[in-house]
Amino acid sequence: MITLSQRKTIPLRLTLLTPVVAIALTLVIGAVIFATLGYHPGEALYQFFVAPISRPDQVADLFVKACPLIIIASGLVFAYRANVWNIGAEGQMILGAMFGGWVALTFPDLSGWVMMPAMIAMGMLGGFLWAMIPAILKTRFNTNEILVSLMLTYVAALLIDWTVRGPWRDPMSFGFPLSPMYADAALITRVYLPGFGHLGGLHWGVIGALVIAVAAWFVLARTLTGFQVKVMGDAPRAGRFAGFNPSLVTIMVLGISGAAAGLAGMVEVSANMGQLQPEISFGYGFTAIIVAFLARLNPLAVIGAGLIVALAELGGDSAQIALGMPKVVTGVFKGILLFMLLAGETFNRFHVRLKMPVTAVREVSDA
Amino acid sequence: MNGSPRPAASPPQDALLTATGICKHFGDFTANDDVSFSIGAGEIHALLGENGAGKSTFVKMVYGLLHPDSGMFEWRGAPVVIRNPQHARDLGIGMVFQHFSLFQALTVAENIALAMPPGESIESLSDRVRAMSSEYGIGVDPDARVHNLSVGEQQRVEIVRCLLQDPALLIMDEPTSVLTPQESEQLFGVLRRFAEAGVAILFISHKLEEIRSLTERATVLRRGQNVGTVESRKKTSKQLAEMMVGMAVGDIERREQGVGQPPAIFEISGLSRDRETQFSTPLRDISVVARAGEVLGIAGIAGNGQDEFMEALTGEWRAPSAAMITVDSHQIGTAGPARRRQFGIGFVPEERNGHAAVTSMTLADNALLTGHSLDNVVRRGVIERAQMMQMAGEIASEFDVRLPEDNPLASSLSGGNLQKFVVGREIIKRPRVFIVSQPTWGVDVGAALFIRRAMLELAAEGSAVIMISQDLEEIFAISHRIAVLYDGSLSEPVVAADVTPESIGLLMGGSHSMDEART
Repeated sequence: MITLSQRKTIPLRLTLLTPVVAIALTLVIGAVIFATLGYHPGEALYQFFVAPISRPDQVADLFVKACPLIIIASGLVFAYRANVWNIGAEGQMILGAMFGGWVALTFPDLSGWVMMPAMIAMGMLGGFLWAMIPAILKTRFNTNEILVSLMLTYVAALLIDWTVRGPWRDPMSFGFPLSPMYADAALITRVYLPGFGHLGGLHWGVIGALVIAVAAWFVLARTLTGFQVKVMGDAPRAGRFAGFNPSLVTIMVLGISGAAAGLAGMVEVSANMGQLQPEISFGYGFTAIIVAFLARLNPLAVIGAGLIVALAELGGDSAQIALGMPKVVTGVFKGILLFMLLAGETFNRFHVRLKMPVTAVREVSDA
Repeated sequence: MNGSPRPAASPPQDALLTATGICKHFGDFTANDDVSFSIGAGEIHALLGENGAGKSTFVKMVYGLLHPDSGMFEWRGAPVVIRNPQHARDLGIGMVFQHFSLFQALTVAENIALAMPPGESIESLSDRVRAMSSEYGIGVDPDARVHNLSVGEQQRVEIVRCLLQDPALLIMDEPTSVLTPQESEQLFGVLRRFAEAGVAILFISHKLEEIRSLTERATVLRRGQNVGTVESRKKTSKQLAEMMVGMAVGDIERREQGVGQPPAIFEISGLSRDRETQFSTPLRDISVVARAGEVLGIAGIAGNGQDEFMEALTGEWRAPSAAMITVDSHQIGTAGPARRRQFGIGFVPEERNGHAAVTSMTLADNALLTGHSLDNVVRRGVIERAQMMQMAGEIASEFDVRLPEDNPLASSLSGGNLQKFVVGREIIKRPRVFIVSQPTWGVDVGAALFIRRAMLELAAEGSAVIMISQDLEEIFAISHRIAVLYDGSLSEPVVAADVTPESIGLLMGGSHSMDEART
């Protein structure tokens, strides 16, 4: 029989050791799988873990890839801590991109100092409003926020698809479903590092993502707002007894997570695409859910978790390109990595004991 | 010394059930440590101990629900392994649980039929129930629907169900915790008649007076160990308490109030609350005042509106009009809990885990839970961590909360320690009004004493204390005035010194008015 008992205290050594062991195990199992499938295991692992970050500019691109994941997951942490299951960050991200795009496309002549703050505000507003639909339905009519937020994702995807094919399509796009290009002031610029120049695609949105993660940590750990979120998640009855308003907290966390996702959408388009297109996200809103949980709902850890998940994504691309590895195999490998990390987390938090069932009582016949 | 093991007082000639060296572990926790015990036919034997002393674990092993890690049971002189409850029933062991397992929509006879071997008609079963009921004076109507029965009546149904299987040993797990004193006396009469008929009764309780009046011998468990089997009537309640706790138990004194009416601080007038769900109790036009310097005890059996009343007092449920509740003539009926705290009211709800405290959080966080609207713990939305830690530290040291480490998780504290913390958290702020529900429920004797003393001290300083409690001993130990909550109505409070527990018990049963209760 296997018994799990929660550890009272978790030694720091263990916390540092578990991810190392988890990654080592992933490498071993991955190597076996690759070898079985006829790929050179060393080569495959190299493509996954080393090739995507073998040059400084590639490291910078890793951060670019992780940028939307970190922003969205930093917001989702609030919802999940409060036991509110916002699964619709993907849709909120799309609405953020559209609201930000509306500013860029409607007022192309704004100066940079007005344009960027306006786009940031509108991007956040777009995600916020989209998240208010499940929030209000939940607090008013007690609907399930998982279903509503998830289904709204598909609505959002169709909405942006329709706008870039219809009203917002660039007349000069030769029929392609693309909006006009944003003006320069509406583009997020790359970071100029003194002495290095530009490093890969590293843009100011990445710096913003790191700031947001730290800010999210501060709010969650150090403010009454964060305290309310945690109490409502852990013990809603104690929260009401404390005097916190459950509906308000639900609306707030959906708002925060929606605004963060909306911002991520606006940043993604403005930094990497420069125009609206039917697909702006590639599942970041869903992948960020994994990132949030990999980080154990800690916004600081979200940075590391975002980078790991981004590396697995980039490594998968690299292995597909360099070795012709099928997409499903790279998917399996990514799955193993996440599984190992989460399993390691379990061993970190719980004491696992193997126990043979003992029958200490003497077996004697009944009276 | 009371705490040391002693030879069993006059063991029965031929034991019905003997346990030798029973041990049971749950992980690192030792629930039963080398417990030996015996009970003879026709004996009423008490199993006594604080919450968590291992009483329930022990009887669950006797009933086959758990299995000992080591040790041996003998039934009528022969060793036996009790495999499961069915096996226990076959041997002749019956058990009445603290929580009933009756189907509310069925009749008594139908409920009993479900527990009997198939084949017997409801009619013949009903006849047997009637026969048994009159033989022992139990008063159970087989045709009554269970949801129409009082808690005491439901318990008697459970007992009849057990007895129809003709047990030689009947185990009763804290049977009086849901009964009024009158119902308890009735139950004891029934149990005595069973004992005369030769049934052995193992009676679990932590109420000392009833153990002394009902049982012949008592086995006391403390931290899983048998610390002695004694003749119940030859010990005083205090001696039994000391065996249970393992140390001397102090006394508390309620200072009687002087003449004249101290000013009312807290006032409820015409508070009503509709029935919100099928299982809730409506509150019916409750009016009462709490005066400076007094403990106002609210007696009543669970389920008579205590939870609904407490929610109305804390502000988790808001009254329809602000004037329904006033403190120092401020109208607060429509204010939430945080606002009410700002008017100097402290609350401790009944449930520690997940209501009064968040067990997954530290004590400092839990101090913040009811302190966030007060003092300077939160400045511009940012928590002053040093302040919060200091607050928790002061509560712990002033209220004798024993901590396993600095700022531990609330879940790592024992029930008594956590209760001292949540009570201390409010009392340390010296509230004008302190409102508490079941202040010592599931708490060890030492902590209970400490908490009651702290409440009396607070009242002596001129605050008003309102205590909702189902424990009549507790109500009489510290209340100056007593009111009874029955079916959502609150009786006119009476001065505690003028009434007896029996008269209050009548009100708790709902049959009489307060005028008759006054002696």
